[in-house]
Amino acid sequence: MTFQLTETQPIVRARTSFEKNLDLFFIWLTRICAFSIAGVLVLIAIQVFIQSIPAIQTFGLGFIFQQEWDPVKERYGVLPMIYGTLATSFIGLLLAVPTGIGTAIFLSENFLPISVRTVLVFLIELLAAIPSVVYGLWGIYVLIPLINPIGHWLHTNFGWIPFFSTDAAGPGLMPAGIVVTIMILPTITAISRDSLASLPPELRQASIGLGGTRWETIFRVLLPAAFSGIVGAIMLGLGRAMGETMAVTMLIGNSNKIGASLFAPGNTIASLLANQFAEASGLQVSALMYAGLILFIITLAVNVIAQRIVLQVQKI
Amino acid sequence: MTLTRSSTDPRSLLGNFLTAIAGALVVLSIIPLLAVLSYVLIKGASRLNLDLLTQLPPPPMVPGGGIANAIVGTLVMVGLAALISVPIGIAAAIFLAEFSTPNTASWVRFATNVLNGVPSIILGVFAYAALVVTTKTFSAYAGAVALSILMLPIIIRTTDEALQIVPQEIRWASVGVGASKYQTVLQVVLPAALPTILTGTTLAIARASGETAPLIFTALFTQFWTSSLSQPTPSLAVLVYNFATVPFKNQQELAWAASLVLVFLVLTTSVVSRWFLRRKTF
Repeated sequence: MTFQLTETQPIVRARTSFEKNLDLFFIWLTRICAFSIAGVLVLIAIQVFIQSIPAIQTFGLGFIFQQEWDPVKERYGVLPMIYGTLATSFIGLLLAVPTGIGTAIFLSENFLPISVRTVLVFLIELLAAIPSVVYGLWGIYVLIPLINPIGHWLHTNFGWIPFFSTDAAGPGLMPAGIVVTIMILPTITAISRDSLASLPPELRQASIGLGGTRWETIFRVLLPAAFSGIVGAIMLGLGRAMGETMAVTMLIGNSNKIGASLFAPGNTIASLLANQFAEASGLQVSALMYAGLILFIITLAVNVIAQRIVLQVQKI
Repeated sequence: MTLTRSSTDPRSLLGNFLTAIAGALVVLSIIPLLAVLSYVLIKGASRLNLDLLTQLPPPPMVPGGGIANAIVGTLVMVGLAALISVPIGIAAAIFLAEFSTPNTASWVRFATNVLNGVPSIILGVFAYAALVVTTKTFSAYAGAVALSILMLPIIIRTTDEALQIVPQEIRWASVGVGASKYQTVLQVVLPAALPTILTGTTLAIARASGETAPLIFTALFTQFWTSSLSQPTPSLAVLVYNFATVPFKNQQELAWAASLVLVFLVLTTSVVSRWFLRRKTF
């Protein structure tokens, strides 16, 4: 039996200059696309800054400390919105951090079989997939009626505490804060869980081997080791909380007041923009752009710090 | 000395107590999901009929009607946004994974992550400044541009990760038989990474179709059919926002029905994207 080898001679030729240029063109095309990402960031900053110049010239830095927002008299200030942004973010973090870290611990340790954990992780990811405006709708018709009686009870019994000094009458900082909690929970849970799960198994083995219980291992070994990752997760959550718009706009009541009460209506920078942009004109547009610029700078700073922390963790 | 710890030992009890708390926290984080889903399903299902998908939103006090123009508006704007962001995003990811130096790549990845953290309302503000102010009209274009910036980081990140997973040998083999760089990337590496890239694109589309903040003052809203892309354009998300706060029962019901359609879209895309992932090549 003989094999019939068909001679197939490979064609050996140099690439034509067209083919070489095509290659070069392709690489440059992808390079331009990649650098356009940084370009978009810069472009956003420049555009928003240019549009806010009239307001910056009129109000200067006093814009941040001014309490009035009066389109009729053309006097603008964002102190109440900055307060509202910080207050809702703070409520959100206060509730989401323990819940998120607790969930992250439970889902990174082997309390449950891996298949159950995968499903739970997926469900928590879905929390992030539900549109913000749907949370807002749910908040108006379900959450607010649910927490109003609680707020009313707190006001009548503990009204002397500043936090409960006004009666719960519907929208306010608290419902907005709770929805923010729900929306940043997946971020905090997912990143904390990742940093806990990526710890070397030797840490756990050593601690258990020395006689530590599971929870002693978690508190004294795993959490300290994953600390910076968890801090990064919290920072990213903070960034999301401050920029969260629709659900907060629908639940916060949009009143430009500063008050300690958790059940009083307030406003955030993001909901100010959402409420007023479509109908604004003249100096008001510029003032809104200025407010947007402030929000952009704050969230940018928080995000840059968060990314730095998370990157550092990934390097270890 | 004994090596066992009795179950009544304070340390065991504390451990069990903490386990119970952590388990309760997991339940607590799942509750909002179930609560939102069940309410949307209960409240939205009553209006789930053919009218919803074919009729225009009614004026106040008029019964019936649907959300047809908002569905079309969302599809058009998200489609337009995908047309802008998918090619740019995939090209950028190709540069990151295939052609860049590690240093450049880390900077671009950093910028991508930061862009991902920019609040979506700021993207709306940007599109307003760049397109609404200059063209003096709210338009589907402006909305689509804002959405495309929102989608970019998601597409870049998933594509970048997908390309990195493709084994180096595949590239060597391709170059070894004489393929040029763009042939290697377009005909060998990209097809291999396609399932994950599809996942990323689907996730980005799902995220964009639920976003309200970038559209609310760029595309605005209208109760009517639109005939051009340079007009105010309705979307499901803005419809939910507008109708949620009006005191008319019919509009509120439509808001719930639109939410149901949105949630259904988002959930199916999430599941479908997972299904893409199961057919991974590597």
